[in-house]
Amino acid sequence: MNHLVVYLLVSAVLFVLGLLAVMSRRNAIAVLMGVELILNAANINFVAFTRFSSTTLDGHLVAIFVIIAAAAEAAVALAIVLNIYHNYQTINVDDAASLRG
Amino acid sequence: MLFGNLIFYLFVAITVLSAGVVVFSSKLTYSVFALLFTFFGVAGIYVFLEADFLAAVQLLIYVGGVLVLLLFGVMLTNKITDVRISQSSVNRIIGVLISLGIFGILAYVAVTTVWNSVGDRVITETVSTIGTLFMTKWLLPFEVASVLLLAALIGAAMLARRPQNSREQS
Repeated sequence: MNHLVVYLLVSAVLFVLGLLAVMSRRNAIAVLMGVELILNAANINFVAFTRFSSTTLDGHLVAIFVIIAAAAEAAVALAIVLNIYHNYQTINVDDAASLRG
Repeated sequence: MLFGNLIFYLFVAITVLSAGVVVFSSKLTYSVFALLFTFFGVAGIYVFLEADFLAAVQLLIYVGGVLVLLLFGVMLTNKITDVRISQSSVNRIIGVLISLGIFGILAYVAVTTVWNSVGDRVITETVSTIGTLFMTKWLLPFEVASVLLLAALIGAAMLARRPQNSREQS
């Protein structure tokens, strides 16, 4: 538990799972959950590097900013998803293709 | 120390397994509730990284805020009894292959790189240090983040509101 590599591997697993959700899920909310997983993976990396190879706590602050951005992103994205649902009666990301040329 | 190791790997297992449920579950409600356990596990990992304030923030904002938002999204956009709630996946095989490739690269880099280390450092007083840093070195990003939150609040409220003309029709 006192090795940086363990945390990096856990974070890599979370990142890859989030990426897989973004790539393969068709439900917009599932895609959002994948984005949250990716952001959490990044946060684990920030905090792990702060713990093991930094003398300051700057990484914690960056992690807090990431959490702030994730909260704002979730709120706005959920509003957009609700709008799409009202207009198209679906939240399948493949069906919301009106802007496709 | 052995007991601590056990708890740590328990947290890791909870995080990874529930993240797998989030990705691979065919029922969206299961995904959201599995995400709850993922966030809890990440908070536990923060505790092992001596980031107690971040663990509290993680629980408050992610579990208390983001997750509730996502749950609202699921409940408002899906009929629970509807079969189509089990949203299938596309490109799953290609996606898994790409993900495994990226994980291989990440793991290779993480294992083979000689990371810069400062030895055994004991972090004390995280909360007061974070507060001081926020008010000195990181003051401008702090203010920008508050403006960003305000903009997101107004934007989300405006977007989620029904359009004016459709209300008049109904």
